[in-house]
Amino acid sequence: MARLELNSVGKAFGAVRCADDLSLVVEPGEIVAVFGPSGSGKTVLLRMIAGMFEPDDGDILVGGRSIVGAPPERRGIGMAFQNFALFPHMSAQDNIASGLRAKAKGGELTSRVTSISRLLKIEHVLGHMPRELSNGQKQRTALARALIGNPEVLLLDDPLRNVDAKLRYEMRLELPSLLRRSSAAVLYVTQDYREAMAIADRIAVLIEGRLVQVARPEEIYARPASVAVARLFGDPSINLAEVTPHTKQADLTAEIAGTKVRLDPVDQQAADHGPCWLGVRPDDLVVTRTASEDAIPARIVAITPMHERAVLLLRFADGSEWLAALPPDSPMASADDGVFVRFAPEAALLFDRATGLRVGLPHRRQAA
Amino acid sequence: MDHSSLAGRIFRGVALALVLVFFMFPIVWILMMSFQTNEQILRIPPHILFEPTLSNYQALISGQLRTTAGNLEIPFMRNLMNSFVLSSAAVLLALLLGVPAAYAFARFKFRLGESIAFTLLSFRFAPPLLVLLPLSLYYQQLGLSDTYFGIVWVYQLIALPLILWIVRGYFEDISPDIEHAYRLAGHSWREAFTRIAVPLAGPGIAAAGLLSFIFCWNNFVFALILASADKQPVTVGALAFVTASGIQYGQIAAAIVLSVTPTLLLALYAQRYLVEGLSLGAVKG
Repeated sequence: MARLELNSVGKAFGAVRCADDLSLVVEPGEIVAVFGPSGSGKTVLLRMIAGMFEPDDGDILVGGRSIVGAPPERRGIGMAFQNFALFPHMSAQDNIASGLRAKAKGGELTSRVTSISRLLKIEHVLGHMPRELSNGQKQRTALARALIGNPEVLLLDDPLRNVDAKLRYEMRLELPSLLRRSSAAVLYVTQDYREAMAIADRIAVLIEGRLVQVARPEEIYARPASVAVARLFGDPSINLAEVTPHTKQADLTAEIAGTKVRLDPVDQQAADHGPCWLGVRPDDLVVTRTASEDAIPARIVAITPMHERAVLLLRFADGSEWLAALPPDSPMASADDGVFVRFAPEAALLFDRATGLRVGLPHRRQAA
Repeated sequence: MDHSSLAGRIFRGVALALVLVFFMFPIVWILMMSFQTNEQILRIPPHILFEPTLSNYQALISGQLRTTAGNLEIPFMRNLMNSFVLSSAAVLLALLLGVPAAYAFARFKFRLGESIAFTLLSFRFAPPLLVLLPLSLYYQQLGLSDTYFGIVWVYQLIALPLILWIVRGYFEDISPDIEHAYRLAGHSWREAFTRIAVPLAGPGIAAAGLLSFIFCWNNFVFALILASADKQPVTVGALAFVTASGIQYGQIAAAIVLSVTPTLLLALYAQRYLVEGLSLGAVKG
């Protein structure tokens, strides 16, 4: 099998740069999720690899061989589309077989269609036309069509977008093993950070046509490269405060809403960094009724019960608002209660106020 | 279930009948006329009940028109055949040229694309009489006047803009992803066009073909000027019924019935293809 390589790929439509100096390597058998907000250039990237657009600059290689300029049918790529893109005038069986008709004939064709549809649990609907299939079945048919030719590179364009929540959950569990079976280099586009974290070996965060961070899911969550990345991962999203950290008696501290809080000394170099963003995830906040020196007084504005946990909207003395996510067994609080908020020093992330990049992290572009 | 009152149902029935009579009257009247002699037709007051005669159809099919002034030869069956040949050839040619062109206009943005598409449509704006004089002069010089090829060429210009613009809309409605998916499955763009785009736009192509066939069939002026007697379609051939001894209403009615029949049959046949496929659930939904 072959690896997929992007070398400083760039593409602009008029004045809009949809892809800017994108470099990425996907090994055979690896699943890389391309994650980013809508309009960040994820689909354009997939379409350049599939051959629907050509990049303006840079090169795309499959197994060391450039595929730029080659027609889509010769690129050895399988693709599943967000809108399924099934052929409406062909049965599910013919849809799946179309991916193989050019390569296999007769008995072999039938047996491969049967085996892949058994794997995807759509054997019983093979004779149906696309309009008779449920969205989940359509999606599985589209996946089967993309997988059957054993492509070297598999592109999945937000395949779970249009299926219902239950099926999306099931597929999140099934997809990784299914994809690994094909041992193709998989690029998986999604707008859902949970999906990216559940399915991918690595996540490539794409913002405004640039790859901001490429890393393992847990690393991106724990050590985001910039404020923008930190904001995209996590629900409810990360709390941010404007701070100017300084050192006092060997302790790194910052002031939030009038309260001095201690920060992780690992971030020591942030001492002379000047204005920063301080970010704390809602799950890392501890909300108590007892005051202590480094606890920030706050008032509960609203509580949203969210099944397995409750989300509190807190207001500090200076009017800034933070969110806290509490485990279900925490003592009941009610709106308008005065509480105190603490967090562990190592839970705080510091980002440069001007560039948004994380302080303490080497300022290099994380490409691989 | 119909829950409305008896009066309501009667009223609805009467209203439907009135609308039906209003729309069907000319056709039914012509059908009745075609089975009457000229004397019966011109009786005042007209009679609903009459003794039907097949003499009009006989005259048309045999090509012998008997009038008080003597026997007249009319090549009606030949005219009908001409209409059929000219219209089908023109529509076929226009489909062959128009469907790929419509696909190009729908899928690709190219320089002057919109201008070219609009220019083709503008042929439909030009008053035929304005075009006819220069056209007939050119045709005489090129040796194209009074040839089937020459008339088909002009007819094709009636059909092409219609086909181009209707089919273009259908192609635009097909998600390009469907064709991309077919190409990624290892097929060339030509296969994607013939196996995906054309079948999916099928109902639109059928509708455009049928419509342009009717337009060609009904054309009068181009054929009147550019064709001589043996190549004239029914629209021009019908002039022969205005004879020295009077207008042959019975034969005109029979001629109308005969000339409407092919298009009517075609429309009835094509109807199910027009409806079928429009509901194909192409993408998500």
